[in-house]
This record gives sequence, C-alpha cells and structure tokens, in this order.
Amino acid sequence: MNYTVDARGYYGKFGGAYIPEMLYPNVEELRNNYLRIIQGEEFQKEFHGLLKDYVGRPTPLYYAKRLSEKYKAQIYLKREDLCHTGAHKVNNTIGQILLAKQLGKQKIIAETGAGQHGVATATVCALMGMECVVYMGKVDMERQRPNVERMRILGATVVPAVSGNMTLKDATNEAMRHWINHPTDTHYIIGSVVGPHPYPDMVARFQSVISDEIKKQLTEAQGNPFPDYVFACVGGGSNAAGAFYHFLEDEHVNLVAVEAAGKGVDSGESAATTALGKPGVLHGSKTLLMQTDDGQVIEPYSISAGLDYPGIGPIHAHLFDVGRVKFVSATDDEAMNAGIALSRLEGIIPAIESAHAVAVLSQFEFDADDVVIINLSGRGDKDLETYIRWGKY
Amino acid sequence: MKNRITDLFRSKKGEVLSVFYTAGFPSLNDTVPIALNLEKAGADIIEIGIPFSDPVADGPTIQQSNKTALDNGMNLRLLIEQVKEIRKQAKVPIILMGYLNPVMQYGVKEFVKDAALAGVDGLIIPDMPLYEYEEQYKDLFRAANLCNTFLISPTTSEDRIRRIDAVSDGFIYAVSASSTTGAKGDFTSEQVDYFRRLQGMQLNNPFLIGFGISDRSTFSKASTYGAGAIVGSAFINLLKESKDQKKDIEVFVKNLKGN
Repeated sequence: MNYTVDARGYYGKFGGAYIPEMLYPNVEELRNNYLRIIQGEEFQKEFHGLLKDYVGRPTPLYYAKRLSEKYKAQIYLKREDLCHTGAHKVNNTIGQILLAKQLGKQKIIAETGAGQHGVATATVCALMGMECVVYMGKVDMERQRPNVERMRILGATVVPAVSGNMTLKDATNEAMRHWINHPTDTHYIIGSVVGPHPYPDMVARFQSVISDEIKKQLTEAQGNPFPDYVFACVGGGSNAAGAFYHFLEDEHVNLVAVEAAGKGVDSGESAATTALGKPGVLHGSKTLLMQTDDGQVIEPYSISAGLDYPGIGPIHAHLFDVGRVKFVSATDDEAMNAGIALSRLEGIIPAIESAHAVAVLSQFEFDADDVVIINLSGRGDKDLETYIRWGKY
Repeated sequence: MKNRITDLFRSKKGEVLSVFYTAGFPSLNDTVPIALNLEKAGADIIEIGIPFSDPVADGPTIQQSNKTALDNGMNLRLLIEQVKEIRKQAKVPIILMGYLNPVMQYGVKEFVKDAALAGVDGLIIPDMPLYEYEEQYKDLFRAANLCNTFLISPTTSEDRIRRIDAVSDGFIYAVSASSTTGAKGDFTSEQVDYFRRLQGMQLNNPFLIGFGISDRSTFSKASTYGAGAIVGSAFINLLKESKDQKKDIEVFVKNLKGN
C-alpha cells in the first residue's frame, strides 16, 4: 500500500488542489519548489539547527510509569508539549518560514483557531524579522485572549475574521482571501495538513520529525524502533501526521487517530469528521468533510478549540479510507477527565487536544508488554481557563 | 448543437453585459423576477450564483449575499426549479456559477444533466481543477451542450491561458486583478497592459472582464479590450438597497450600457 502523495497531490482519492485561478500561481510556485528547497542540504542544516537550539528538540520520549500501571501496558509520552511555544506547531512554522525566505517572500500570513499556530507563526516571524498577519475568528479572539496578546507581544497583527461563524474555518477563508489579494510578496503558512497540494505533504514532512525521533528513541530504550501502538489527536491532523509518518509502512504498528466527539458523536455538537463526514472540497483539497446534504459546511464543536475543524487533512481521509489508521473519538467529558488524570498521575497538565489521545486508552485491551506511544502534542497552560471552568478536580 | 452563449457571441460584437447575482437573495423567491427584469432591461447574459458557506474567492458583498441566501433556505435543487421558471419566459443565456462542493454533493453528472434540462447554457465552477474537467467532465458538458467557463487572472501564464482557451466553450472569464470580488475604482496601467496582452493573444474564445466592474466607465473601458464585462458586487449592492427592483434594475442596466 502506498501512503505518500502522488505527483498531483492525491492520497488515493483525496487531496489535489481545488483552488480558484487567482491562487493558482502562488500554489504552483510552491509546488514547483518545495521539494527542491526542503531537501537541500543547507535548508536541512538550518531547519534541524533551529529545531535543536531554538525549539529544544529532540523532545523527550518519556516512560510514563504510573499511567502504564493504570492501563497495564508500556506507555511512553512523546513530549511535544515541551517544544518552544508549547506545542508541535512550531516544527511546521520553522520549516515554512525558511521556505518562504528561500522563495524571496517578505510577508507572512496565517490562520489560527485556538491561537497555538498563530503564536508559533508570530514567533518565527519575530525570529526572522518578517511582517506577520494572523487571521483569527472574532469569537476565538474573545475565547483565547491570552494567545491574542502573545501574538501582539511578538509583533504580529491579529485580524479578526468576522465572516461566517467567526471561528477557524472562517479565519482560513480570510487568510486565503488575503493571499488572493497579495499573490507575489506573501507566503501563507497553513498550520495543519490541510489546504491545496503541496501543503498537506509539506506540513507532514516538517512534522515527521516527531516519528523520526520516536523511532530513534525507542531503539535506544528497547533495542528496536517499533511500538505496538501510536495514539494522536486529530483536528486537521498535523501532529498525528507527524507521529504516524515514519510508521506508515510498518503495518504491524497500530496507528490510532482520536477525533473530538464533543458532546457525543450523534449529539449535533461534535467534530468527529470520519464518523460524520462525507467526501467534499474545502480550503483547496478533497477530503472528508462535515457538511449538509446540500454541500454546505457544518460548523463543528469541541471543548478543545484546536480540534473543532470541519474536515481532516486528505492524508488522514486516505488512511481512514484504506484502514491503515483506526479512528476513534473522545467526548469533552472523557478528554477533560483524562487531562486531570494525567496531571495527577504524571505531573503533566496536557493541552485539551492532547488529552483526547489519552482519553481513549480505556477503549483498548493491551497486552502487558505492548509498547504504546501517546503523542502529547501540547501543554495545558493555554487551557487553564477551560480547566477552571470545568472545575471537577 | 446550438447554445445561447455561443450564439450570443456570434451575433453581438462588443459590450456584452453579463450580470451576476446570488440565487435566493435578497429573498428566496427573488431569483426568477430578477432574471426576467435583467433580460427586459437589456442584460445579455444572466449569471446566477449558487450560494456556498465558504466562498473564498469573494469579497464582503458577495460573501454576505451567500450567507443571506443560505439563511433564506436556498439550495441547488430549488435553484434548478427556479431556472425552469425563468426559462419559460426568457431567451437570455443563463449561467450558473458556484463553488465545487455543492455541485459535487448534488453529483456532477446529475447536475450537468438537470441544469441543461432546466435551460442553463453554461457553468462556471472556479475551484474545479482544469485537469479534472479535461479528464472527467469535458465530454459530459459537451454532450449536454453546456459551455464551461474558466477564470484567468493577471498572473496566469500564457501557456496556461492557451490551455484554458483550448478547452473552453463560449467565453473566458478574465479576472481584472489579483483580488477577490468587489469594486476597486478605475483600472491601473498594469491592468490595462494585461487586457491588451489578452487582446493580442488572438484567443479562440472571446473574453469577458470581471471583478471590479461597477459603473459605465469601467464597463465601457473593459469592453474596449474584451467582448464585454461582468458586473457582480455592484449589482448585489443595488439589490440589497432596492425598494423597487424592476425600476432599479432597468436604470442600473441602462446606466451601464450608456443609454
């Protein structure tokens, strides 16, 4: 089975570049240059240099002893929460800003939901001295005020998206419109494995450092690079793409993607795309999409602002379609309980997104010697308000 | 086979006026009377927008009309019925324009068939990739006698324009600037250079200039380079304010045509 993207940007029947002509030259420029640039020796040196010295990679692969005892398996946490800026998002923004520089771009735009990708973008723009505009839904700006101020402290301009429901989907629309209107001097740093080809492949490659490190670290810990399971949460799916990437061909490794079920998959307030979605086109790619029978995109819901996206990256739609990755879901309640439990068992307060990956462990029956990796994509500092409002601790 | 769009461009040289509006806006049942009033007022092509929740190529005016239309309960099946009503009384060429996803959910094949039967003459689906049209849909469109119009922009390469010209029927939609839809004032010298470049390419298909055409001045200037022009946002703004659509549409079209 082939899990990589084809020359036209498809993973099986998903992917491609479904864009209006006004975006074609921008996307074509990227498509023609991204592999040559990111595979270049100099780029790789600078990229990995920054990941090491600036981001703090490699992030630890931590054996979670008390969590392991609870679930009767050998559980390791991949500590992406320890990356600079508090989540895996920065792996991608470092890669894309270096690429933007190589392409001679002077300005950067980005979309953000919870603000983590916005902060990661504002951070690398400060690092490189580039102008940064971040689109964020007006509703999200009110919900995630500390991240808005973090971006502003870093020198970015945060523009409220006031169209639609004023959340991540609308912020992405606004960023695309900005890019249409500024086609030559601006690079758009998309934050997940979504968007027109080559974005999904490019972002997956930058995030693949996660599974590359897991393999090396497991080899050191147990003498071989293979876990039995890898768990990761999926909104658009960038941390999952990174955590799965180098295991895709190792068919004996069980890969599990965890979607946000919100108040329950069938409650009408959910973001479980594979359970509720149908093939459709949004933001430049063909993928699984939550939508009405008439093809209007449905606003998803999750307590975690980083998972409430109505689609998933086309790579995930394909991995779901061919059965390579098992998709499960966790509700708001399950995720919050798992977040509190991890805090108490291991002294790690996870991002609520990442808590979804912890929450589904009880749905699996492990053998005592099964090696289980949980990609802990982010830390919970940004979610303190939500934990406090939740209150059950 | 005869098609009202190709017939139009054969018989009318210059100042072809295509007017765009969103189906189901400002009210659900306005789609039919607006089309009939436009034909009466002298519009040459009626371009009806299929509302979508995420119109990324559109500026604020058309975004808002999409949202209003969806809130009004507009959908593609209803639009097909409305086109049948229009076609009972009108001879003007009708184009449906919209993003791919609603069409995909309807089923592209079924949609092409139903649209043609209802009396539609052409489609514009701006986010349908050229290769997908060439490989999967071209024969289908031609069998149904539907024109398919592609967009080009100032940054589209000459090679690509030629490739688009080769698969287009009817006309090419030349977007006037690298921008989303909506008025921007007079054309810049770069825009005029681009129009001249297109004019000099001797394409098989005529081209209409769209995006930023809002009044007599921009319409007539655009028409000196292309076969005519497309007016969208300016017309939606008129509909938003209008208390007497019949009269306002008549004045609007007259003013654009300079008579």
